[in-house]
Amino acid sequence: MTEWIKNPEIPAENDMIVSLLNVEKWYGPVHVVKNMSMHIRRGEFLTLLGPSGCGKTTTLRMISGFEEQTSGLIMIENENVDMKEPYQRSVNTVFQNYALFPNLNVYDNIAYGLKVKRMGKAEIREKVEAMLELVQLKGFEKRRVDQMSGGQKQRVAIARALVNEPKVLLLDEPLGALDMKLRKQMQLELKRLQKKLNITFVYVTHDQEEALTMSDRIAVMNQGVIEQLDTPKNIYEKPGTKFVANFIGETNLFEAVITKKGEIATVGTECGNAQIFGDGIEEGENLYVSVRPEDLRFSDEPVEGFSIRARVKEFIYVGNITKMIAELPTGEDIKFARLHTGSLPEVSDLINVYWNIKDGIPIRIREEKTVTDLKNAI
Amino acid sequence: MVKKISNSAVAEKNKRKRKRKMLSNGILCAPIVIWSFLLIVLPLLCLLFMSFMTKGPMGTVRYQFSLESYATIFEPMYFTVVEKSVFIALWTTILCVLFGYPMAYFIARKGPKMSGVFMMMLMIPFWTNVLVVVYSFVIMLNNSGVINSILLFFGLADKPVQLLYTDGSIMIGMVYMLLPFAIMPMYSSIEKMDKNLVEASKDLGAGPIETFFRVTLSLTKPGIFAAVILVFVPCIGFYMITDMLGGGTSIMIGNVIYNQFTSARNWPFGSALSIVLAAVILIMLLVYTKIGGDLDDLGV
Amino acid sequence: MTKKSKRESRRRIFDRAYNVYAFLMFTFLYIPVVVMIVFSFNNSRNNTIWEGFTTDWYGVLFEDADIWIILGTTLIIAIISTILAVVIGTLGAVGMSKAKFIGKTFTATILYIPIVIPEIVLAVATLLVVRQGGIGLGLVAMILGNTTLILPYVFITVKSRLAGMDPSIEEASLDLGADRGYTFVHVTIPAILPAIVSGGFMAFTLAVDDLIISNFLANAETVTLPIKIYSQLRRGINPEINAISTLILLAFFICIGFFLLASRIREGRKRRLEQADDAEI
Repeated sequence: MTEWIKNPEIPAENDMIVSLLNVEKWYGPVHVVKNMSMHIRRGEFLTLLGPSGCGKTTTLRMISGFEEQTSGLIMIENENVDMKEPYQRSVNTVFQNYALFPNLNVYDNIAYGLKVKRMGKAEIREKVEAMLELVQLKGFEKRRVDQMSGGQKQRVAIARALVNEPKVLLLDEPLGALDMKLRKQMQLELKRLQKKLNITFVYVTHDQEEALTMSDRIAVMNQGVIEQLDTPKNIYEKPGTKFVANFIGETNLFEAVITKKGEIATVGTECGNAQIFGDGIEEGENLYVSVRPEDLRFSDEPVEGFSIRARVKEFIYVGNITKMIAELPTGEDIKFARLHTGSLPEVSDLINVYWNIKDGIPIRIREEKTVTDLKNAI
Repeated sequence: MVKKISNSAVAEKNKRKRKRKMLSNGILCAPIVIWSFLLIVLPLLCLLFMSFMTKGPMGTVRYQFSLESYATIFEPMYFTVVEKSVFIALWTTILCVLFGYPMAYFIARKGPKMSGVFMMMLMIPFWTNVLVVVYSFVIMLNNSGVINSILLFFGLADKPVQLLYTDGSIMIGMVYMLLPFAIMPMYSSIEKMDKNLVEASKDLGAGPIETFFRVTLSLTKPGIFAAVILVFVPCIGFYMITDMLGGGTSIMIGNVIYNQFTSARNWPFGSALSIVLAAVILIMLLVYTKIGGDLDDLGV
Repeated sequence: MTKKSKRESRRRIFDRAYNVYAFLMFTFLYIPVVVMIVFSFNNSRNNTIWEGFTTDWYGVLFEDADIWIILGTTLIIAIISTILAVVIGTLGAVGMSKAKFIGKTFTATILYIPIVIPEIVLAVATLLVVRQGGIGLGLVAMILGNTTLILPYVFITVKSRLAGMDPSIEEASLDLGADRGYTFVHVTIPAILPAIVSGGFMAFTLAVDDLIISNFLANAETVTLPIKIYSQLRRGINPEINAISTLILLAFFICIGFFLLASRIREGRKRRLEQADDAEI
C-alpha cells in the first residue's frame, strides 16, 4: 500500500474517493476495458468521455456494482468493494433514461432510498422537501412521473440519487434525451449543484463540448483504454495522443520526425519542415504535430523555420468566422479557422503555412501507456 | 506474481457472488421447471409409451410392444372420421379468420382505451359457462326453435327445416367458441404494425385496396397464422360441441379419443390417436415459426 | 360535388358499413347469452321450447344443495389452480428473464404445449400420469390438470410484460440501497402487476369454464358445473343451469364493476390532487 503514495501520479490516500487499479472487463471474447487504473479525487467533477463502445458506461457500471470486473480492484473510500452488491455501495446513479419508478409519484420516487433505510417519516419529509427545493421542483410532490417533461424527470432522477447523500454520484449520459437548449441549461445547473453540494460527480458522455464545459478533469477513453486524464484546458491544448487530438475539437495532424533537437526543435514532415518546442524530445523520434485550425497561420512570404506550402481550396463562411481549407502537396487537407476577412488569398493561391511555435503540439508515439509500477504494488 | 493471486481472488469472489445470484434465480425458476417436466413432458411420454402397448381383453392394457393401435388409425372407418374432422375444422378456421380479421382491424383502429373495452366484450360470454351459452343454439336452431318459427311465420318454409344436428350447426357452435381466440392474435399483430407503412404505401401511389393486400395483410400474416392454429387445433378436440350440436350423427377425432378413454376403453388406441394429433400440430407450429411467427402471439 | 367531398362521403359510407358489421358480429356473440338468460325464466323442464315465464328456477336453485356444492367445487378448483398458476408462472417468468441454465429455452418452449395441443390430448396424458402416479382421480388431480392448462397464459403474459419493462428501474432500486427481495416486491411486482392481473383473470376464466380436463380427472364427488352441464346435454339442459350461469355472469359483472369503480375513484383522487398542485404553482 505504502508504495503507491511514492508514485507521483497517485494523490494522497485521503484525497482519493474512488480508485480503479488494473481493472479488466471481458464480455466473453470482447475486451471492453483494458487494464484501467484511475484515481478519482474527492469533490471533483470527472467526466468519462469517448465514442460509443469505448467502455465508459461499463466503467461506470463497475463502480456502481452492476457489472463485475473480470480482474483488478475497485476501491471506494479506500475500501475494496468487490464483495459489495450495488445496494451496499455508497454511490448512487442517475440513469440515462431516468429509470423513475412508474408506480410512484415524485415524492415517493425521491423518498425511495430513505424508506429503504427505514428512516423516520418526518426526517424523510424534511430531506425530500429540501431536495425538491434544490432541484426546483417544489409543488410537484404528488405528480405522477409519466406526466412530467424530460427535463423534470431528469431533476427527479437527480434528486432521488442525491437525497441519499452519496459519496459519489454517477451520471450515465443523463442529458442525452434532452433537446439542445434544455441540455445547455441543465449542464450549468448540474455544475452548480456539484459545486454547492461538494459531492464527487463521475459523468459519462460522448459529447466533448459537454465534457469541456462541466468537468474538472476529463478521462478520454477509446477502445477500453484511458487515452488521457487531465483538465479540460490541458486536454484541449495539449492532447496526449493522436486520438485525443482528433476527438476533442478539430485539429490538423502532421506526421513528423525530429530532424534537429533543441529548445526549439525542427521537425520534418512529408511536405516540409516546421518548428516546435523540443523539450525532452530526441533526434530521430517519430511523432505527430497537432495544430488547431485557429492556431494555423499562413503568409505570402516564407516564414523562418517553416517550409510547408499549400494550395487554397475552399472558403467556408460560418457566421462571424471564416474557415479556409487548403490542400497539401500530399493531397491531404488542412483547416484554418478564425480568419479575419481583411486579407484573404484567392482560391488556388499558394500559401506558406506556419504556426506560433507554442501552438505546434507534439504528440509522441509511445508504447501502450500503462502505470506498470502499480501492478507490482498490489 | 502478487497480481496473479489478487486476480484469482477477485475471480473467486465474483464466482461466489454469481453463485448467490444464481441460487436466488434458481429458487424462482424451480417450480415452473419441475411443474412443466412432471405435468407436461412426463404425461406426454406416458402417452407415447401407452400408444405402443397392446389392447387387452375387457378394456385392459397388456404391456407389450405393438403397432396395432397405429395400424387401426388407417382403418376406413376412422379415415372418414379424420376426413370429417378436417372438413369441419377447416371450415371453422376459414370462417373465423374471414369474419374475425375485419373485427380485429375494427378493434385495433379504435385506440388503446376503446380497444381494451372491445377486447373485454369479446370475452364476456366466456365468463360464465360457455357450454350453457352454446346450448342456446340448440334452443334457437331446433325444429320448433326461433329460427324455424320465423321461417314458418313468413312462409319461407312450409315445414321445419333441419338446422340442428347438421355440419352447419356444429360449425356455428365451433365458430362461436373460437372466434374470440382468432381475433386476439390478429388484433395484436395489427396493433403492432407500423402505421406509417400504410401511409407510405398510399404515398407511393397504391390505392386503399392495394395497400391492404400488399402491406397490411402481408405484415399481419403471423397473426393470421396464429389464429389458424388457435382455431384449428382446439376445434379438432372439442368433442362436446359435436355432441351437443351434432347430436351424435357426426363424430370427430376428439369424440373418438374421448370414447377410447371412456366407453370403448381402448387406451392404447386413444393414446395413438392423441400422439398423431399432437404430431400433426407440432408440424404446423414448426411451419408457423419458420414463416416468422412468434409463439408469444398464441398466448395473449 | 367536389372530388374531395365525394371521397369524404364514400369514406363515411364505408365507416358506417363497418360499424354495422361490427355490431352484427357482437350481436352474434351476444344473442346466445341473451337466450341463455331468457331461458332461465322458462317454465319448462325440458329447456328447448319456450313455455311461459317463471322465476321458479331461481327458487329451485336456492334450495338445491347439490348445485351449490357443485359450484363450490368448481370455484375451489378454479381459485386454487389460478393461485398456483399465478405464483408459479410469475416467479418463473421473472426468474427465467434473468437466469441462465441449460434447458431454459427447452422449458420455455414446453410451456407452449398446453396452449397449442388440443386440450383432450393434454387431458388423457394427464390421466395416464395421475393413474400411474397413484394420485387417483379427484380434486388434487383436477387442480394439477387445470393449473397445467392455465399456467402458460400467466407465464406468457408476464414474460412479455417483463420483456417490455425498462430493466434500469430494477437497477435504480438496487442503486438506492434496496436489496433484491425489496426490489422484487416494491419495483418488479408493481411494474408487472397489470400482466399478472390480466393473465390471472384469463386463467381463472378458463379454469372455471374447463370441461375437458376436469371431465377426465374427476371422480363421482368432484363434479364441476361444466361436467354437470355436459351430463345433461342429451336430455336437454335444465333451466336451473341457465339460472346459475346467469348468476355467475352477474357476479362477474359486479366484480368488474367494483374493480373499475375503485380504480376510477383512485384515479379521480389522484387527478384532484394534481389539479390542486397545479393551482398552487
